Amino acid sequence: MPFDAIHELSLMVALAERVLEVAAREQSERVLAIHLRVGHLAGVDPLALRTAAEIVLAGTVAQGARLAIEEVPPAWWCGPCGMEFLASDVLGRCPACGLASRQVLRGQELLLHALELDP
Amino acid sequence: MCSHCDCGLPAPPVARKVLLGESLLARNNHQAAHNQEHFREAGVQVVNVLSSPGTGKTALLEALAARAPSTLRLAALVGDLATDRDATRLQQAGLPAVQITTGQVCHLDAAMVHQALARLEEAGHPLAALDLLLIENVGNLVCPASFALGEDRRVVLLSVTEGEDKPLKYPATFHSADLVVITKVDLAEAVGFDRALADHALRQVAPAARVLNTSARTGEGIDAFLEALLG
Repeated sequence: MPFDAIHELSLMVALAERVLEVAAREQSERVLAIHLRVGHLAGVDPLALRTAAEIVLAGTVAQGARLAIEEVPPAWWCGPCGMEFLASDVLGRCPACGLASRQVLRGQELLLHALELDP
Repeated sequence: MCSHCDCGLPAPPVARKVLLGESLLARNNHQAAHNQEHFREAGVQVVNVLSSPGTGKTALLEALAARAPSTLRLAALVGDLATDRDATRLQQAGLPAVQITTGQVCHLDAAMVHQALARLEEAGHPLAALDLLLIENVGNLVCPASFALGEDRRVVLLSVTEGEDKPLKYPATFHSADLVVITKVDLAEAVGFDRALADHALRQVAPAARVLNTSARTGEGIDAFLEALLG
């Protein structure tokens, strides 16, 4: 495994614990899908998340679960212009005035959104 | 068995959706909030020190320990993938220190810090007997930014030998800084470090952070650094 995937691996260990906890609570025998929301500014690589998920879920009721990753593009707030703007640029420069935003509205999330369980 | 006929095929899976909407970092954030309660109760200021490897985190803390007034009760937790070399260095500088060896993990998390607090207490330095706890994170400008430890302040180091554009390359970490410390300024001239360029980069990614010049070797800026940590 590439060294830079380790970050994603430790996140996935935390995810697996939570997924298995919910599956047990819901008395489900199989986790069919795991829905994640990953912001572009969250600093994680969706591909590395998939690799890590395969490793940590192997041999559990969530083995083979579909990993549905919804990527969330960054949205920022520009104080001086008083408006929200979207920019894929990680520095969040306002397209109207060019100043760097101090406030991220969306794009930093790393959410376990939902599970699909059987039954 | 399939419920539509008696074909003998296994029943298709029934998908039942359970909405959660919780952060993957929830567990760490929860533990960090718990650490913070310990820190508040004990009345200790806690600083999380982040930088790339080789920026001089340990040297800065050594210099801080050397110049701090003897009445100020300091201790350190220091994270590395392997070895206890940094803790040994800090102890030799008179700073009580506990090493956190993370193995394959590229950052400190709140649970590791919580465990290390118990070791610090065993070593005779309970939180309540400290004024300032310095946490030297694993040398890495990417992952530690996502993991809160319960700290009051986050300090990010930038050495003059790294290049002025480092903040632009690792914006998330610099964005999270309360204080940016430029280290090794005694080498600035030798390596052609352009402070105006560095300031320009920092203003873009960390517009709210305070910026300090320091040299662990000459002692420049160390008093101001200590003041900023306690202020």
